[in-house]
Amino acid sequence: MTTFSDMETVSDVETVPQDLLIVLRHPPHGSQWLREGLDVALVAAAFGQRVGLLFQGDGVYALLKGQQAGALGQKGTHPQIAMLEMYDIDTLWASETALAERGLSADDLMLPVVPLNAEAVAECFALHPHALIF
Amino acid sequence: MPMLTYALLLHAAPYSHQAALSALRFAETVVAGGHRLKTVFFYHDGVHNASALMSPPQDEVHLADGWKRLHEAHGAELLVCVAAGLRRGVLDTSEASRHGLAVHSVEPPFELTGVGQLVDAMLANDRLITFAP
Repeated sequence: MTTFSDMETVSDVETVPQDLLIVLRHPPHGSQWLREGLDVALVAAAFGQRVGLLFQGDGVYALLKGQQAGALGQKGTHPQIAMLEMYDIDTLWASETALAERGLSADDLMLPVVPLNAEAVAECFALHPHALIF
Repeated sequence: MPMLTYALLLHAAPYSHQAALSALRFAETVVAGGHRLKTVFFYHDGVHNASALMSPPQDEVHLADGWKRLHEAHGAELLVCVAAGLRRGVLDTSEASRHGLAVHSVEPPFELTGVGQLVDAMLANDRLITFAP
């Protein structure tokens, strides 16, 4: 049992393992990876699974405030992010390194996340029986 | 070793990425090893593996036929995400008529289905293995 208690947390989001871990590693525009990963998260939650999201690499941009549709002729993924709460997906983890490398802090994000260091990311994978990586 | 049940999740487009061929080779190895391949879920660019119009040169592996053989010989269900498929022009006769299209590109034993079936496959099998580019 791990509580990531050595981590600085930015919210009181639960850190216990969920039924399914969805790992998002791509930014909102430029590919379908993020959209199709979020679709699985929302459907799994609708099927009664407890879903945790882990944002890694450019995936942390999924959470950026002030996103708009249209720049690349794509509709964007921020509406899906805004729906997470309605689907009871409130366990959001993000790679601390990915946030820091991109100069992002909690204030830049649409939703509160629990930042994980590299060790905690590895632990997060180990604690989940099912993980899907997008 | 006890028999395990497997589901595969394929994200890679055929011939563009090694992952598409690796998934088929892995699937063939699963059944050769006495395990059960229950479900293959085609998602993201992986939906193109279900195209009935796929026509590779004769001296190359025919990926769609490979999946069909696994269905025929071992009963593996071949599930294609309908939302991912529609965007990419991968759709069966009923979706084609629903969208007013004169042609379609998916034939049985490939079936169009929702992402919920992926969640089911993940929960119902001992292993879910992802193949991505």
